[in-house]
Amino acid sequence: MRDAASILPLTVEELTFEREGKRLLDRVTFTVKAGGVTAIIGPNGSGKSLTLRLCHGLMEPSAGSVRWGVGSGLMAGRKRHAMVFQRPVMLRRSARANLAHALAAVKAEGAGARVDLALRRFGLTELAERPARLLSGGEQQRLAIARAWSLQPEVLFLDEPSSQLDPGATRQIEEIIAGLAAEGMTIVMTTHDLGQARRLARRVIFLDRGRLIEDTDAAAFFAAPATREARAFIAGDLLW
Amino acid sequence: MDVASAFASALGLIAGLDPQFLQIVGLSLRVTLMAVLLAALIGVPLGAWLALSRFPGRPAVIVLVNALMGLPPVVAGLVVFLLLSRSGPLGGLGWLFTPTAMTIAQTLLVLPIVIALTRSTLEELWTEYREHLTSLGLSGARAVPTLIWDGRFALATGLLAGFGRASAEVGAVLIVGGNIAGHTRTMTTAIALETSKGDLPLALGLGIVLIALTLVINAAAFGASRIGARFAG
Repeated sequence: MRDAASILPLTVEELTFEREGKRLLDRVTFTVKAGGVTAIIGPNGSGKSLTLRLCHGLMEPSAGSVRWGVGSGLMAGRKRHAMVFQRPVMLRRSARANLAHALAAVKAEGAGARVDLALRRFGLTELAERPARLLSGGEQQRLAIARAWSLQPEVLFLDEPSSQLDPGATRQIEEIIAGLAAEGMTIVMTTHDLGQARRLARRVIFLDRGRLIEDTDAAAFFAAPATREARAFIAGDLLW
Repeated sequence: MDVASAFASALGLIAGLDPQFLQIVGLSLRVTLMAVLLAALIGVPLGAWLALSRFPGRPAVIVLVNALMGLPPVVAGLVVFLLLSRSGPLGGLGWLFTPTAMTIAQTLLVLPIVIALTRSTLEELWTEYREHLTSLGLSGARAVPTLIWDGRFALATGLLAGFGRASAEVGAVLIVGGNIAGHTRTMTTAIALETSKGDLPLALGLGIVLIALTLVINAAAFGASRIGARFAG
């Protein structure tokens, strides 16, 4: 059902965001090509989540641009990039109805079958009729990812997908992310968990105080970070 | 007549389904239900708009709507009376001293409750859902059906509160209805009149029905919020 034309590459140029006179993101430039997991890492307040939101089109940049291979700024279904938020947004309905709502919103064809498929794919069939907000944190995050997946996006943005989860649920979410990447989905995620970035990412974008400091191959980044800031961050030092 | 025998006669009226008694109860329910329905049809869209829109003076509008929740029924009655009286702007309709006038007056009383509750419920949900719904392309008016559905239990509670307020008030329906026997006499106006006349059984019987109605409304509101809590987690 996917169009032949890819929305990739995603080209982010001189991306800048200011609020109340503060520059929260400062001329960030990078490109995302098809495939693999890109991890945006950096300390709190470095602009990781903001970068994802701007890429997904939830916010308008103060300057600079976010451009896609085809069209510009088209969202979900149409948009073909979906986003999962740090705190999963669960509608006050059953797990199944949460999936159905998203598919109805983008006027997806064959929604019923896609709901069942998503439930099975993410091991949620047993929980389908339960109110989504009564699921555990890990189950909610799984449902949020299933919901985004059911929209058949080409690119999936994940904002700190496991920051609120226990180790078991975190491992499960990481397996899911690795699985989606293996199936060819392009994933751009933020994380403050360096171990997670190391386990999942092929590429690392390191931000600090709104500026892009390093954009490099993940293995190289963790083996030998090129900048003083990245070395300090990996060593666990605070960057001031 | 002492209170005990008045009680016995009142229960007799209820048990015997006295026609005059039923007519009064029926009219009251008809007027109030119609008023709540109208208030919902007008108030939910207005409340939704107020929840999602941003314009200068919005806080003042919210304060005004909240204040109108405490609008004294006699004042609402007076306003509708002035509108519908022969020399008023809508005098030509001939609605004064009819159940229609009473429905309008009660709609005015229920409307602020519905607008205020819809506004606060939907605004809270929107704060929580905004990014997800925007991500799905549902922003502005397109988000409203989702928000109303997810706020349905809170909204139902608001409508029940409105129903409670309208069914219990006496001032507005008295002014615009005129308490005409068999035509615009409701439970509350009948109680006021019969008590002053000394016909305690009818007043007491209607009072018992009103209290029972209040109990049912509150039980329904409690049930709605309990079911809502199951989904709200």
